[in-house]
Amino acid sequence: MIEAQELTKVFRDRKRGEIRAVDKVSFRCQPGEIYGLLGANGAGKTTTLRMLATILQPTDGTARVAGFDINREPEKVRANVGFLSTATALYGRLTAKETVEYFGRLNGLNGGALKKRIQELFALLEIGEFADRRCDKLSTGMKQKVSIARTLVHDPPVMVFDEPTVGLDVMTARTIVGFIRDCRTRGKTVIFSTHVMSEAEKLCDTIGIIHDGRILTEGALAELRSRHGLQDLEDIFVKTVEAQA
Amino acid sequence: MNLRHVTTVYRKEMLDTLRDRRTLVSMIVVPLLLMPVLIFGMAALSIKLIQRARREGAAIMLLGAEHAPRLAARIRGAEGFQVVPPAEDYARRIEDKKLRAAIEFPPEFEERLAAGEEVADLTVKIYHYQGEIRSTFAVRNLQKLLGDYRDQVIEQRLAARNLSPDILEPFRTEEENVASPEKVSGALLGGLIPYIIILLSLTGAMYPAIDLTAGEKERGTIETILASPVSRTALATGKFLAVFTASVATALLSLLSLAATFTFAPQLREMGGERGRQLFNIALSAKGVAAVLGMILPLAVMFSAALLAIALLAKSYKEAQSYISPLMIVVILPAVASILPGIELDAKLALIPILNVSLVSKEILTGTYHWNYIVLIFLSSCLYAAAALGIAAAAFKRESVLFRT
Ligand SMILES: Nc1ncnc2c1ncn2[C@@H]1O[C@H](COP(=O)(O)OP(=O)(O)O)[C@@H](O)[C@H]1O
Ligand SMILES: [Mg+2]
Repeated sequence: MIEAQELTKVFRDRKRGEIRAVDKVSFRCQPGEIYGLLGANGAGKTTTLRMLATILQPTDGTARVAGFDINREPEKVRANVGFLSTATALYGRLTAKETVEYFGRLNGLNGGALKKRIQELFALLEIGEFADRRCDKLSTGMKQKVSIARTLVHDPPVMVFDEPTVGLDVMTARTIVGFIRDCRTRGKTVIFSTHVMSEAEKLCDTIGIIHDGRILTEGALAELRSRHGLQDLEDIFVKTVEAQA
Repeated sequence: MNLRHVTTVYRKEMLDTLRDRRTLVSMIVVPLLLMPVLIFGMAALSIKLIQRARREGAAIMLLGAEHAPRLAARIRGAEGFQVVPPAEDYARRIEDKKLRAAIEFPPEFEERLAAGEEVADLTVKIYHYQGEIRSTFAVRNLQKLLGDYRDQVIEQRLAARNLSPDILEPFRTEEENVASPEKVSGALLGGLIPYIIILLSLTGAMYPAIDLTAGEKERGTIETILASPVSRTALATGKFLAVFTASVATALLSLLSLAATFTFAPQLREMGGERGRQLFNIALSAKGVAAVLGMILPLAVMFSAALLAIALLAKSYKEAQSYISPLMIVVILPAVASILPGIELDAKLALIPILNVSLVSKEILTGTYHWNYIVLIFLSSCLYAAAALGIAAAAFKRESVLFRT
């Protein structure tokens, strides 16, 4: 479960001055549900998700993630979140197995339990044959699999994906999309961000259109369609953003 | 802070950084090779120079040799000179370093000398190149020869008057060295060694520090690790310990390699003759090595923390290197100052970071233990180290540093 309450982030940039990257964002995402943040570049998606994953601290507002407050218990929040984005690279000089082991240990696993979990994940994701190869020697698809294993090693109830398919080829992107669906099936709370309309249409139970740091409209695809009297998500998106401007 | 997280991060960072070729070279290869190469190199060089000087001799020219046939014969027969035929352009040749010195005898030099002391104002002139080392050597050798000859003439004159040569020496002076041989020589090499070890403990930490901070940003792994449950403090601590390990390992390896060089090559001391003995006869006891290492520990803490804090500001490997270069100079300056003659440890210098450790290590390696300074320096180094650690820990908590755009 994720509950964001008026999350706000202000960056102070030397050249641009104060940037209100996220402005009073509130939403709610239940277990077994996928919430999609749909927005253009610079809308504030990454900043929102980083705050949920406690990588950044909110300037104002808060959120509860898996029952923990992001401001008060950030380490417990991280222990219950799997975070994956195109910016979360792997350590090139570690092997696939060492990588997953490392993050398993940081999540409190060790000994037999860790070994068993790694075997499970590697079988599930078909990592076995390149388990002992260094990550910088792996193909993009293989790297994605290792990244998925890395986010899943502690079996977190909440998954956060920040534009996970950006820059990936079609096949690898499909693997990721399938993986996100799997997470929902297994009852996880999933939030993900994208600027690709079709991806949002296909995956999300609830879509939040974010622009200039604010969520302008929110609801299931069907709700959005009837509310705006439009069929195509792209039309809905453009209309909403233009109405704001 | 979760200690298990710290050890997990530490072990991973060690594994990761030891797979980096740059780290391996700066942490293991350089310290192991530098000491023997440096020491054997210095020995070989000094031997070669001495041998060449002996073999070739300094080129000198005799002007007006016909006025001093006996003295000229002596010079020709002496070792270390190579007499070339007289020529007009001796001054230019000296300037061109083709000739080391020219010696000019006045007309009828030996005859007038034989005529007796009434003939004053007899001057033998030596032309040379001031400050040029081989010219200086040639002049010194010529002076010695002339001095011997002068003494002989005086003795003859005294004998002619039935006087004892003792009349010219109402008393003698004598110099005796009371410092142990280690201390005399230690001043030469002993100053250089702590300087090199301090420098190595910095360079050994440099690549890991960059790799584990700016390197993570450049490769995009920083967000991956920040999304894990590890706290920033535990992360910073694990990284610090890894960099510190690299720093100490580099210093330790260079000390061991130094000790091994001296242990396995005692003939080094003999190789360079008198000069070699002076250079290499340093007191390298286990106690000295341990004490120097002990003094370097807080310095390694300071270097590691400072390097981490600085490299964390950078977004890329390159940028980090450009930030660190000025730091190298800040370290090299006081370390170099410690080699300068005449700089002696006192209470004020004992508070200057790096310089203090360099100076006290020099003393330790030459067998002197000023315990009050040693304690003072150790404590002040610890203080600086703690300050650097505080800065590094604070840097790891700043979003504007971790996510610089
Ligand atoms: N660390 C930062 N410092 C300053 N400004 C930032 C920082 N991170 C993001 N921003 C700014 O905040 C705004 C939102 O960025 P971001 O959350 O990355 O958007 P998105 O992920 O939707 O493209 C942008 O204007 C961006 O330039
Ligand atoms: Mg983004």
